[in-house]
Amino acid sequence: MKKAFWVFLVAALVVGGLLSPWASPDPDGLERVAEDKGFLHQGEGQEVVNSPLPDYSIPGVANSRVSTALAGAVGTLAMLAAGYGLGRAVRARAAGDGDSSHRLES
Amino acid sequence: MHIPDGFLDPKTYIGTAAAAAPVLAYAVHRTRRELKDRQVPLMGVMGAFIFAAQMINFPIMGGTSGHLIGAVLAAILFGPWAAVLLMTTVLALQCFVFLDGGVTALGANILNMAVIAPLVGWGVFRSLRGLGMVPATFVASWASVLAAAAAASVELALSGRIGLGLNVILPAMLFWHVFIGLGEGLITGALVAYLGRAHTEVLPRAVREPVGEEARAS
Repeated sequence: MKKAFWVFLVAALVVGGLLSPWASPDPDGLERVAEDKGFLHQGEGQEVVNSPLPDYSIPGVANSRVSTALAGAVGTLAMLAAGYGLGRAVRARAAGDGDSSHRLES
Repeated sequence: MHIPDGFLDPKTYIGTAAAAAPVLAYAVHRTRRELKDRQVPLMGVMGAFIFAAQMINFPIMGGTSGHLIGAVLAAILFGPWAAVLLMTTVLALQCFVFLDGGVTALGANILNMAVIAPLVGWGVFRSLRGLGMVPATFVASWASVLAAAAAASVELALSGRIGLGLNVILPAMLFWHVFIGLGEGLITGALVAYLGRAHTEVLPRAVREPVGEEARAS
């Protein structure tokens, strides 16, 4: 379990923080359909909130590859914390059923 | 296939959120019983990995790309109900921090990629498990993408905002996602093959030793 944890942590950081700037810029399946069928404009300017790192970029970082890589690394670490917190929160109320002593074992 | 703000009308985005909410509540209930404490750190790291992998759009053809969803990977590792919660967390982070998927469409995106994709994928995986872990993973992953794309098509058609019926939007969505799903199947299949070889202990017993397989394997 411990080894798999570190292997996938390194893999996640490499993918999110190093490879992400080289992802295909082509539209995904839904965007492609929206383009072809002429409804892409329905989504333009409709965002109801401002997000801190829109479209996987860090505002103010001029180099777009660096910006994407940093946003990817931030998101990857944020999701590490969120996923761990989710697991802890859901499991917390079931404490005492005898499975709490094996964290990160083997 | 993250639906942005603007594609869905209020009845559709409220309806999909209302449909997803009780499933999430039930998933909390099931996960509390089924998730092992020792799986919690791995759940964090796999959430991180799925988030990172979703950033990597791979080209398919005709100037179109796809990316991993990761719902079947999560379901195989943590069970379908924990997968529902983990995928929901990924989508919420993408929505609120990165503007990937609209806030109004979050309920629909959760329904498609965090509820339908892992539950359909898990059902297909379990029913095909006898074919071998990797083939079952491949087909289940492919099916999970098509199911999510079909659900998104139904929502877009119901919404009326895009002015297209299901007869137009469904074939168009399925056409591209048949190919995107192959990417999902190949990536998930490769990861599960690797986990089965190098990190067998992370695979739950139900995945490792399906009923009736022990005798044949020995």
